[in-house]
Amino acid sequence: MTAFIVRRLLQSIAVLLVMSLLVFVGIYAIGNPVDILISPDASQLERAQTIAAFGLDQPLWQQYFLFVSHALHGDLGRSFAFGTSAMALIAERMPATLELAATAILMAMLLGIPLGLWAGLRPNGIAGKSIMGFSILGFSLPTFWVGMMLIMLFAVYLGWLPSGGRGETRLLLGVPVSFLTLDGLRHLLLPAFNLALFNIALVIRLTRAGTQEALLQDYVRFARAKGLRNRRIIGVHVLKNILIPIITVIALQFGSIVAFAIVTESIFAWPGMGKLIIDSIRVLDRPVIVAYLLLTVTLFIVVNLIVDLLYSWLDPRVRLADGAA
Amino acid sequence: MNLKQMQSYARFFEQLLASMAKPIAGLIAFVGLCLIAAMPLGAAAVSATDELKIGLAADVSSLDPHYLNVASNVAFSSHVFDALVNVDPDGKLVPGLATSWHAVDATHWIFKLRRGVKFHDGSDFTAEDVIFSLDRPATIVNSPGPFSNYTKQIVAKRIIDPYTVELTTAAPYGPLALDVSTIFIVSKKAALHGKSYATTEDFNSGKAMIGTGPYKFVSFRRGDRLVVKRNDDYWGGKSAWSKVTFRIITSAAPRLAALLAGDVDVIEGVPTADVERLKTDPRFHIAQKISWRTLFWELDQREKTPAEITDLAGNPLPHNPLRDVRVRRAMSMAINRQALVERTMEGVAVPASNIVGPGAIGYNPYLKVQQYDPAGAKKLLAEAGYPHGFAMVLHGTNNRYINDAQVVQTVAQFLNHIGIRASVQTLPLSVYFGKARTGVFDAAMLGWGTLAGDFALRALVATKNPELGWGSWNWGYYSNPAVDHAMQQALSSVDQDKRTAFAQQAMQIAMDDVAVIPLYHQYATWAMRKGLQYTARTDEFTFAHQFHPQ
Repeated sequence: MTAFIVRRLLQSIAVLLVMSLLVFVGIYAIGNPVDILISPDASQLERAQTIAAFGLDQPLWQQYFLFVSHALHGDLGRSFAFGTSAMALIAERMPATLELAATAILMAMLLGIPLGLWAGLRPNGIAGKSIMGFSILGFSLPTFWVGMMLIMLFAVYLGWLPSGGRGETRLLLGVPVSFLTLDGLRHLLLPAFNLALFNIALVIRLTRAGTQEALLQDYVRFARAKGLRNRRIIGVHVLKNILIPIITVIALQFGSIVAFAIVTESIFAWPGMGKLIIDSIRVLDRPVIVAYLLLTVTLFIVVNLIVDLLYSWLDPRVRLADGAA
Repeated sequence: MNLKQMQSYARFFEQLLASMAKPIAGLIAFVGLCLIAAMPLGAAAVSATDELKIGLAADVSSLDPHYLNVASNVAFSSHVFDALVNVDPDGKLVPGLATSWHAVDATHWIFKLRRGVKFHDGSDFTAEDVIFSLDRPATIVNSPGPFSNYTKQIVAKRIIDPYTVELTTAAPYGPLALDVSTIFIVSKKAALHGKSYATTEDFNSGKAMIGTGPYKFVSFRRGDRLVVKRNDDYWGGKSAWSKVTFRIITSAAPRLAALLAGDVDVIEGVPTADVERLKTDPRFHIAQKISWRTLFWELDQREKTPAEITDLAGNPLPHNPLRDVRVRRAMSMAINRQALVERTMEGVAVPASNIVGPGAIGYNPYLKVQQYDPAGAKKLLAEAGYPHGFAMVLHGTNNRYINDAQVVQTVAQFLNHIGIRASVQTLPLSVYFGKARTGVFDAAMLGWGTLAGDFALRALVATKNPELGWGSWNWGYYSNPAVDHAMQQALSSVDQDKRTAFAQQAMQIAMDDVAVIPLYHQYATWAMRKGLQYTARTDEFTFAHQFHPQ
């Protein structure tokens, strides 16, 4: 198991290096933030001086080398547009996005799995059919449209929930979170649901398919014969067996939720990392973009590692090996 | 599966649900309670009538008033800090922390400071703070858009007495007061970090946010909201609002939704498609003013024909058609500006004859908007030697100005009607400026907002000269010694009437020669709930202290 984890870590470092190089080259090819942000009345000389102050006039390999040497000391650079440390900026906004993503995943599981089970056990009832119909809508409707519709319905017409922004926060282990206050929960509900919709639909379909397949298996028949109660059969045996594909998908989706949070965060004016990255891309704020992508890649790697470890716990037949037996 | 099995499974699932019933019921009850609790706090909630909530369209990136010269930062800084010279809603310079200023000779200016002004921490405002604040911008080296540009003209500062300051410029410089109006005055006591200047972090954390402005800083949640409270001792009079919350909502549709839902009282940057609807909605009303932002076309006027201009068959042309003033004028005549503002801009613009707005110094009111005359344009083109027209590419941004991509397409249509086969390329801002600077665009659309016509001319149409800093945005390499001369005279006239006269003269020469093709001035629009009124501003800033209950 240790060898497995160590091998994973080495692969991750290689991925991080390649990715940071790609970002550097990409942004270098587009332009620099000084052209976008410089005062219109500045002269050519001042512009050149400002570019030099950022080190953007140096050759690309030199800039990259400087970046790597600073990164190894833990300094990912200062944002061009904000003037503060890139890592500090992201750390400031990260709790908001993670809170949103975690709530969305929770909603996806708490709503998706029971509904999917129901649809799988009674596929031909009205309930089952309408659940499947709802899941199709969940797939096809675009996030930004659903977000706007939710705001129009719940905030503008009914006035039940706020139209955007983040609520009051409390400190939990030094991190500001908003789900501990009622005001925070009210602000969290719509954006989290908007983000979760696609995944609820996904989980419903997966659970239904898994349930229908599992119910045909022999072990269910034998368990029935053995006299186990149905609650135990479905709740323990069937559920455990169908959870593996569901967890795989949810883990993969966690990464895409953090990424798609950009759209939801823009619509609901949620002060998370997604909005930060889109604004930074717009002004070519390279330190923030690189820091954000490094963080996201690390997140993906950690999540995938946890999933692989979860596999071996859920299914003892799985051996933790990459490729070679 | 046979009937018996199905029935048993259904029954067992019901049992499963039954056992989960208690926790599920609890969950439903909790959600229900949340919604019920939420209902009375919905749109029916009326905030205290002396609190104002504003929906901002752009993010405030830093609270340091000297860090970055972008509109959103400057607008917020204006609530906590003052400058020596303020700008009124029409774009004229008015006394701020300086009650008067004048040039004693060509290079020396005296600024008399307001007495009895106190900073938010109770300390007195004196000339020391002014000198400190004018020194600080040059020390900020890590900004992509520093304010040092506006302090570099000042080569010496002298404190004559605690309420009089003398500034010396290197050469006669007329726009000094305008430059000084961009520098916010911070408290020397609060903005000192030991012996050196406070850093941007000190401002972002609130420690150094001590100013003389109409509001005191309360809190800042980056990307979410800013809160300020009233400064009851403000020298300009108590504002109507005891507490102001700025909500940052950068997407247009959610910003409008927030206004409709009552979460904010006023928004800036109203989407053009919704302006008409809000005008007829009894719950809201609109405030509008011609903005300083003017859109125009820069044309490549170098000797060498741009690669993108060819004849209709695609072969290169021996001469650059854009060098001929008749061709430029024909292009300008081909554009139906009235249709452009009414349809493409949905009424949120007004045709332009100058490249600065009506409030700016140097705006020439005698210049007429070019008449729409496609027949005359075709004739001019033929006269110039292009009876069949030619092919070119129009470049513009697609995410910077209101409806910019649509405007570029519309202009291309107009040009096609007179025989110039114009194709369109729009780019996001991050790519556009960089590419435009390299001079590859034959025609590029640009928007400019300034209170000084001579500044605009210097940046846009003055002969390119990196040492002097002229023509830094003159992508078309336009060069006209008459314009340069008049513009230079305007810049070095400390007598403001002479300066205005020279600037207007320079503008006339440039526009008669079609240095650039002006299109329109945008409207700045604010939408607010009934019961509020706003003195709309040319510089598009949203100032809480200029909102009043009706």
